[in-house]
Amino acid sequence: MDSTATLGSADSRSVSSAAPRRAGQPDASVTALVRPFGHPLGHLDLLESLAIFIIREVAAESERPVLLFSGGKDSAVLLHLAAKAFKPGKIPFPVLHVDTGHNFPEVLAYRDAQVEAEGARLIVAKVQDSIDRGRVADPGPVASRNRLQTTTLLDAIREHRFDAAFGGARRDEDKARAKERVLSFRDSFGQWDPKRQRPELWQLYQGSVRPGEHLRAFPLSDFTELDVWQYIRRERIALPSIYYAHSRPVVERDGMLLAVSEWVSPEGSEVTEEAIVRYRTVGDATLTGAVRSEAATVEDIIREVSASRISERGATRGDDRFSETSMEDRKREGYF
Amino acid sequence: MSKMPSSPPEGGQELGADTMDLLRFATIGSVDDGKSTLIGRLLFDTLQLFDDQVDAISTASERRGLGEVDLSFVTDGLRAEREQGITIDVAYRYAATPHRKFVIADCPGHLQYTRNMATGASTADLALVLVDATAGLREQTRRHICIAALLGVDQLVVCANKMDLMDWDKSAYQGIVDEMGSLAHTLGVSSCTVIPISALNGDNVVERSDAAPWYDGPTVLDALESAQVGGWASQHGLRQGNGGRLPVQWVLRQPGGGRSYAGMVNGGPFRTGDPVIVLPQGQYTTVRAIETADGPLPRAEVGLSISMKLADEIDISRGDLISSLEEPPTVTDNFEATVCWFHERPLVAGDRMKLKHTTRVTPVVVESIEGTFDVNELTMQAASELKENDIGVVRLRTATPLALDSYQTDRITGSFVLIDELTIATVAAGMAGRPTLHH
Repeated sequence: MDSTATLGSADSRSVSSAAPRRAGQPDASVTALVRPFGHPLGHLDLLESLAIFIIREVAAESERPVLLFSGGKDSAVLLHLAAKAFKPGKIPFPVLHVDTGHNFPEVLAYRDAQVEAEGARLIVAKVQDSIDRGRVADPGPVASRNRLQTTTLLDAIREHRFDAAFGGARRDEDKARAKERVLSFRDSFGQWDPKRQRPELWQLYQGSVRPGEHLRAFPLSDFTELDVWQYIRRERIALPSIYYAHSRPVVERDGMLLAVSEWVSPEGSEVTEEAIVRYRTVGDATLTGAVRSEAATVEDIIREVSASRISERGATRGDDRFSETSMEDRKREGYF
Repeated sequence: MSKMPSSPPEGGQELGADTMDLLRFATIGSVDDGKSTLIGRLLFDTLQLFDDQVDAISTASERRGLGEVDLSFVTDGLRAEREQGITIDVAYRYAATPHRKFVIADCPGHLQYTRNMATGASTADLALVLVDATAGLREQTRRHICIAALLGVDQLVVCANKMDLMDWDKSAYQGIVDEMGSLAHTLGVSSCTVIPISALNGDNVVERSDAAPWYDGPTVLDALESAQVGGWASQHGLRQGNGGRLPVQWVLRQPGGGRSYAGMVNGGPFRTGDPVIVLPQGQYTTVRAIETADGPLPRAEVGLSISMKLADEIDISRGDLISSLEEPPTVTDNFEATVCWFHERPLVAGDRMKLKHTTRVTPVVVESIEGTFDVNELTMQAASELKENDIGVVRLRTATPLALDSYQTDRITGSFVLIDELTIATVAAGMAGRPTLHH
């Protein structure tokens, strides 16, 4: 064998494409679906199939699984996949919403409708209850409850003795999530130890836990933001209306547009403006920023996401701005 | 699931688009040879990074008093990684050029994190090997290449890095070409390209460099864009034969009676009416229907999650395997396997553990240690134990018979992991059969 030879399949394509290329251009080839070479299934088919495989595997190996549902687009996709995995049967585990109390009303209505449509059982764990029970300090009526969710989540996992929790996290969201296994082990304190993750080879997802420990399972690990939107389009998955362009009063704070609500009102020199916006992610209403956007349909959003120069969480999440390793720090404590 | 109130168009032309494919690759090589810096450089130069991500790594570099932007921070996202300037665990990144999508697994180089490198390489089509040209091929680099080759990665793009520190001396490059050529040949790797680069400065990464006029081969990006893709093969098992396999994950009870058996198709395809055998029981039946949540299918392709109805009532549970009649796997409870051992405690004959193969977990005992693999000599040596990060051949006996293929013909039905019963940690990656070497 001649080691200096180029690869067998080298062709003129690699020469013509030598110039730097910009992923962010909304040209057709970037938004096109991928069909892996020589395979009858498309990219979305394979992502869906692997996610269903993971969901079935975890459901089979754990005693008491639960699906974490926030009402955001990723958890909507996750719930849809869980339903597909067990048709014609029902989803064989309950759905848990950790409710910060700082909700967009559209999202709560959406949550109830979706869970009912799937015939699943909804459990709501409220941060307010954790505050009332003295499990966490009350940060005040308008402060973020993002970090408090961890206590509420871990208490709910203990109370219901869940040994596996499905989440909609994706590896392209954040640099700490990029490091996490599909099946991610949590010790009896709910902690993630990024230095001691289990080897996870091939599709052999090893889900053993001992009493008091649990797993987080992330079937959407390999989906990107664009994949999620293409999948939502293909499967026609309904989403809360706030994902699409609408008019609402906002204030600009720390470079983010926050919706004016009972928890957020203009401070100091801030002024309320009526803007056409949409949400790229859905979280605690005091921390989740809207983006200026005219994208009113899935098609518009796919074009917008393809062209964006700002990452999904970078544009919209105040909770990631606390420190350089904000997500890792929260995950170590047991966050989603 | 409720649908969008107004049905959007079905995606028009995009659904049939056949113009993009998917390459999964892993970076491998020793610590400090520049793997993460290369990935950072590749993503930065192809404009795959979002503006806020570039700002964040610039700030992080400045806060550590580094003179310039540390491109390794693109994938080294953990606090401890940035503190020490090393990679601890695999980072997965997603990128796209106009022709191809990429899933990148940026793996750690440290010996103690070999298990994480194996994790990243186990689903790769190609390994991007980093070699420090000032130091040559280290033992750890050879170990990584051996593990990748055993895992079935048969394309290597070798970056002779830090060539700027060698004044682009062609003889240093040629030395790596010669050594890699012989290594790749012995391991049966089908393609190996060696590229002289500077990851730090970006020479021959995306842009062709004039620093090495004697080199007229591809840049790193050229090599990645022209490599053979096998996204489905690496992820869902490369089958040389045509036989289909369906490891049963879950039994779905049908309304009105009857059962279907859920799982992901490997090999195949399966078609309605195909005669099949259920293993390890050895009972024969035929495929009555292939179901998905979107409706029945006449045939099920490799990589698809389905459920299958059979013509006869047979007792089938999770862990059993439905196989086509042509080339069925071997049913055995006593077999030889190649293992990468990841635990501090050595593996010795008599050790008892759990083994997970496809969807079955069963007790296993190590009957004997047949030898360890010497990554420098590329030969098997007699041994009585496998130390942490050793590659070796062992004979195993399982409590339940397995429907096993050789790893060389099937990555899914030929692979397994070993689980420590006390700590429930995954302690080894296993591949049925012995490695094939071409001396």
